[in-house]
Amino acid sequence: MYQHLRYAVDADGIATLTLDVAGKPMNVLEPVFNAELAAAVEAAVADSAVKGLLITSGKAAFVAGADIKELVEAYDRGITPLEAAGWSQTLNRLFRRIETCGKPVAAAVNGLALGGGLEMALACHYRVLADDPKAVVGLPEVKIGLLPGAGGTQRVPRLIGVMAAAKLLTDGNPISPAEAKKLGLVHELAPTAEVVARARAWLLGTPEAVAPWDKKGFRIPGGGNSLSPAVTQTMLGGTALIAKMTLRNYPAPQEILAAIYEGCAVPFDKGLQVESKHFGRLLAGPVSRNLMRTMFVNKGLVDKLSRRPADVAKWQVKKLGILGAGMMGAGIAHVSALASMEVVLVDSTQACAETGKAYSAKLLQKEVDRGRRMEESRDAVLARITPTTDYALLKGCELVIEAVFEDRNIKADVTAKTEAVLGRDAVFASNTSTLPITGLAKASKRPANFIGIHFFSPVEKMPLVEIIKGKRTSSETVARALDYVGQLRKTPIVVNDSRGFFTSRVFGTYCAEGVRMLEEGITPALIENAGRMAGMPVGPLAVTDEVSIELSYKVQKQTAMDLGDKYEHSAAWPVVRHFVEDLQRLGRKSGGGFYDYPTDGSPKRLWAGLAQEYPPAAVQPPVAELRERLLHIQALETARCVEEGVLESSMEGDLGSILGIGFPAWAGGALSYIDTVGITQFVADCERLAKRHGKRFKPSKWLKEKAARGEGFYPKPV
Amino acid sequence: MAEALIFDHVRTPRGRGRPDGALHEVPAIGLATQALQAVRDRNSLDTSAVDDVVLGCVSPVGEQGSCIGRVAALNAGYAESVAGLQLNRFCASGLEAVNNAAAQVLSGQSDLVVGGGVEAMSRIPISSDGGAWYGDPTVGWNTYFVPQGVGADLIATLAGFTRDDVDRYALESQRRAAVAQAEGRFNASLVPVKDVVGQVLLAEDEYPRPKTTLADLGALKPAFQSMGEDNGFDAVAQLRYPHVETIRHVHTAGNSSGIVDGAAAVLIGNARIGKKLGLKPRARIRAFTSIGSEPTIMLTGPALATRKVLKRAGMSLSDIDLFEVNEAFAAVVMRFMADTGVSHDKINVNGGAIALGHPLGATGAMILGTALDELERRGLGTALITLCVGAGMGTATIIERC
Repeated sequence: MYQHLRYAVDADGIATLTLDVAGKPMNVLEPVFNAELAAAVEAAVADSAVKGLLITSGKAAFVAGADIKELVEAYDRGITPLEAAGWSQTLNRLFRRIETCGKPVAAAVNGLALGGGLEMALACHYRVLADDPKAVVGLPEVKIGLLPGAGGTQRVPRLIGVMAAAKLLTDGNPISPAEAKKLGLVHELAPTAEVVARARAWLLGTPEAVAPWDKKGFRIPGGGNSLSPAVTQTMLGGTALIAKMTLRNYPAPQEILAAIYEGCAVPFDKGLQVESKHFGRLLAGPVSRNLMRTMFVNKGLVDKLSRRPADVAKWQVKKLGILGAGMMGAGIAHVSALASMEVVLVDSTQACAETGKAYSAKLLQKEVDRGRRMEESRDAVLARITPTTDYALLKGCELVIEAVFEDRNIKADVTAKTEAVLGRDAVFASNTSTLPITGLAKASKRPANFIGIHFFSPVEKMPLVEIIKGKRTSSETVARALDYVGQLRKTPIVVNDSRGFFTSRVFGTYCAEGVRMLEEGITPALIENAGRMAGMPVGPLAVTDEVSIELSYKVQKQTAMDLGDKYEHSAAWPVVRHFVEDLQRLGRKSGGGFYDYPTDGSPKRLWAGLAQEYPPAAVQPPVAELRERLLHIQALETARCVEEGVLESSMEGDLGSILGIGFPAWAGGALSYIDTVGITQFVADCERLAKRHGKRFKPSKWLKEKAARGEGFYPKPV
Repeated sequence: MAEALIFDHVRTPRGRGRPDGALHEVPAIGLATQALQAVRDRNSLDTSAVDDVVLGCVSPVGEQGSCIGRVAALNAGYAESVAGLQLNRFCASGLEAVNNAAAQVLSGQSDLVVGGGVEAMSRIPISSDGGAWYGDPTVGWNTYFVPQGVGADLIATLAGFTRDDVDRYALESQRRAAVAQAEGRFNASLVPVKDVVGQVLLAEDEYPRPKTTLADLGALKPAFQSMGEDNGFDAVAQLRYPHVETIRHVHTAGNSSGIVDGAAAVLIGNARIGKKLGLKPRARIRAFTSIGSEPTIMLTGPALATRKVLKRAGMSLSDIDLFEVNEAFAAVVMRFMADTGVSHDKINVNGGAIALGHPLGATGAMILGTALDELERRGLGTALITLCVGAGMGTATIIERC
């Protein structure tokens, strides 16, 4: 009678509910399953032969949490906070029924229990957790912009105290079984094979069918109301730290604190109601939709190579060639060797090639020093990297990636040298970040096998890879590039050829807009803070210094030469030219740009001379205005990439912007940002900004028409 | 219209607010009791003529709780008919109590009122009363709460006050307090605090460090750096002040107000009751006010309150002979000077809370008394007393000698 669980009563009167959601690798909470669980609990309660209930899982994991597919659409359906609270109340009622059913309930947590899965276990009277490193437990809801809405914000502080609970729930990281036991989240650890027996043993002993908080005289450990110093300290300190970490762009951590604070001052059932209301506020807001849709659902799809041409046979790189052992080449060699590929690292001198390999050695050694890697593993990875000057060693490579200077002639030269020794099927890729692929492919004898694979720096840390199709790149080559990125376990987006492709183009608008503000007399600290407060990882001036003002200068010069009269300099050009030509402040590497970089190790400071070069205006704009400019200009450029066909899907635009250039995740990416603002509003904003700041903000006819149709970048849920 | 006249005032010395402070064994009720008894006894006051005892107290919990104004009056042996009140306007509570007493008299609803305040900080630490402002995460969030010290550092950052600037200010406070103490300028109003067997525990302020040097001050660690940088409060402040690159943490224990124990009482009434009881008016309260301003920086209220109270009194800055601006932090007074242009020569001429200490609930009444004594000593006419107040408020009072 049950599809998603097994129900059995044994001779000792123990009803065992074995959760096993049909057709899914993991148990997730969704309406049909929840209804079956409720029915099974009622059956056990009604059966006078049943003395106790035992809940366990028929899968390797216990329960992985709630199914977010229905949650992700809630915002687009226009759910109100009150309606959204109802979602939480339904689960709260079910779990509260388990807790107060009158019979003892034990959870045999045989594997990982996250989110709603842990919350279900917390509603049981006794918890045995598998003593297995994989059996982590935690409440990661904060990471998708929500709070644990199935009793987590109420049961956890009542079990382990407000302070420990606030930390667990606001950082959202899962914890090991040992930690869970130490904190008091579970009663007992046992070998996986014995968790059910241990839970049974408890039920057959003298179990109590009452939660601690349902007993008279219950007190929250450390105190639960505002008269407890622990509560005040947690709330005071927590609020500030959250502000620092989120710059107020992510409402969930703060809402979690509020649910704990308000809920712990009232009786348990009232606390559950408080929790549901705070959950409702989050689910009805755009940030949770953005985080769930982009960072969870869409990232999952893209990581599974959903954009891969299906008709091409699965391919694997066993031997990889890299041309150029600089920072990028060395990083690519490192991550590829880690992914078990044999790597031939070619540079013009043996010393340069060795330096590239040394980069890997340094990173691996750091892991060894921190106890995260065995020495044997370090040696095995390093043994896979062969530094050389000899192109002949590239023979047999399935893929070669060039990461040499951004100079067409050099690139053409290494392409020819490589193709001379490569097999006919091999793929040749360029890691260029600016030069159009179609042009570079002209140096190739096999342009169909020529593609852009654009890594971000530092390669070992940046999760995105931008794959660029040239005009003549075959779909087979695209599939193979995707397979390679899949081997690296990075997130690939596929874009069409254009100057700067997608990410560099959009990134450039952020830097340019910020640099432009200097010329307007906006104080540099305000510009930088506006960038960070918008949710960008680094202010526009700081990041321009990092990539170097000189590079921006050179790229613009080169592009102007390439395009002639058609080229329009970026909004930052006058400042960039002034810094390079007149001030010779070229950026971080050359000792200073918009910032000074003290050699005594003290933090960088904005260059004091900025005030002289660009005297601050008497009246400074509100930070919200700058924030809007810095995000709108990037979103608008992303929309142009959609219009021009550079981007083929919204989810790639969103993921690429977040993972590649640090566009804020709270906005769900640069296209979801437009949807979050509302496309009609966004277009109106851009028209206003264009009037004030110039035509770089002008929305295209295509975008205006899209707005007029009320059509966002994602289909509305049906 | 009735006048609110100051007939007398007394204060206890300020004891270091630590377990080794001289007043640590005396609870707040004891400090308040002795102050009330002193103002009664030295004026041979028939306390049945007193309508109300209004005491400021900022952390009115535990032994400082339960309407300490009434309980202190009873404990001091005042007539049962005397009502009592405790009020809280954070750091200006003592001045607010005086203002409230004056308001009762000015409005004709009371004839004679004691205004004052008490705080035994060595026994009931600051913030013991909690509160939604920072304890309720939603409220702390909505109001961009940061601790005052970070606000003071923000003032210094915005104004460009360096560590050396604020330390020099602190050194001058110490120097002035040392001179005032050496010359006995506080003595007329000081009430020695006694223990239960009648021994004097403390007869003079014990917080000043007259031998402190600039080098000593410079060696102290910034008090709010970790709070600001590690605990996130700088970020909160920058969300309100996004044009600030980094907050410079210049305030230390040496250039911030001291944590001390103490109590004060000011006797205020109308002319008729003065005549009846044979009390000689020493000054009148010309005007008083409180203001609210941006709560994150929190401590820029004094100049705003000053401007407002002068306007209400129809006076200008030049009409004021002496100023008491509470030295919550050096930058607060320095900012006041920058905002108003008032010379340091007229401000806190006998030092301030940096040297003497800041017994939260009592300070306002204490520095009002200090200003009055100094007007008399110098033969001057008017003084303005003002304090910065938590959550962005400011309170100011103008007194004028009779």
